[in-house]
Amino acid sequence: MGLLSSSVSITQYKVIGEVNGNLTATITEGLKKFSITDIDHEPVQKTAGWTCFENPYIPDFDKTSCIIGTYFIFSLRIDKKSIPSKIIKKYYMAEIAKKLAESEREHLSRNEKKTIKDNVVNFLSLRIPASPNIYDILWNYEESFLWFFSNQKAANEELETLFSKTFRLKLVRLFPYTMADLSKTLTDKDRDLFNTISPIKFVD
Amino acid sequence: MLDVSVSYNRYKFLGHEFLTWLWFMIDTDQNYIKSLQEDLISFEIHNRIVLENSFDNLTENITIKGDDAGLEEAKLSLQKGGVVTECNFSLKMGDLEWKFNIKGESLNISSLKSPETGNIEKKEDIEGVVLEKVYLYEKVVTLLEKLYTQFIALRIKNTWKEKTVPLIKNWIQS
Repeated sequence: MGLLSSSVSITQYKVIGEVNGNLTATITEGLKKFSITDIDHEPVQKTAGWTCFENPYIPDFDKTSCIIGTYFIFSLRIDKKSIPSKIIKKYYMAEIAKKLAESEREHLSRNEKKTIKDNVVNFLSLRIPASPNIYDILWNYEESFLWFFSNQKAANEELETLFSKTFRLKLVRLFPYTMADLSKTLTDKDRDLFNTISPIKFVD
Repeated sequence: MLDVSVSYNRYKFLGHEFLTWLWFMIDTDQNYIKSLQEDLISFEIHNRIVLENSFDNLTENITIKGDDAGLEEAKLSLQKGGVVTECNFSLKMGDLEWKFNIKGESLNISSLKSPETGNIEKKEDIEGVVLEKVYLYEKVVTLLEKLYTQFIALRIKNTWKEKTVPLIKNWIQS
């Protein structure tokens, strides 16, 4: 789901830490270093990396700026190959039959079967293109907040891992506990009280 | 700070209490909500509400949806001890209208439909439209933050148990 879609989902984050050195240059360098790479002709099933908001299929942070207004705006792209299980089975069974015929045996060991399956998956991975999933990101560096335009658990986890690896900054997802705990309006005494609260019943 | 997964699960009840309180406030004190954001005309429950009721180690979920759906069944669920776990809201400010879902346990915003913005006809239009969209999303995010901050400030005080909870109980039985 994109920032410009007619219906969006937003997961809010607080960014902990500061970038060392020139802000724009450091962030752009990080995005370039961990930008998405093509896996269509690689025996790889899944990859994730940064891409440009305006041109997500051809990431080029030298040509496309990641700054709009006072925000850093870019995207997380997760490319995944989905090989239908029936196709894997078809090739797998054919390879098993071939191996049995060649070796003149009636059974293959578990390890042999596993090797054949891995080879089939790798072979098919080279022939099937990856489907790209693009998730937009808005980062307000000055205010230390970030919006991720998806609520999908797997995509959020991928973002948290890649963001930390790229910028050496921590992302804290905002949910009932963290939103209260990180609130600037709570005093230390309030925070102590907050940590002791427990559920209440609204009926007797 | 507590571990993320521990705190997420331990305190998700707060999100459910927040949405239940919010329904109570929408029903009984719109002026209070209006005082939190300039130009706010109305803040209402729109076309979907989900409640959860746990008893005898069983969990019952009730979903009420539809543009003309009444909230009587939802109120009945509250009377049986339920809490609101998810809700779709409608927000009107000036001539503009937003619709969105809030999930209690995460406070995530989903299905956010903001007012129309300009079209992107050429590359140069992108920046303006993005900033307009962000400005519109910020209205919802800011209101949610203000409401939750108010709720937490109230929730940790003694007046929560002494005054607010009895008022909510009366409202539920009304």
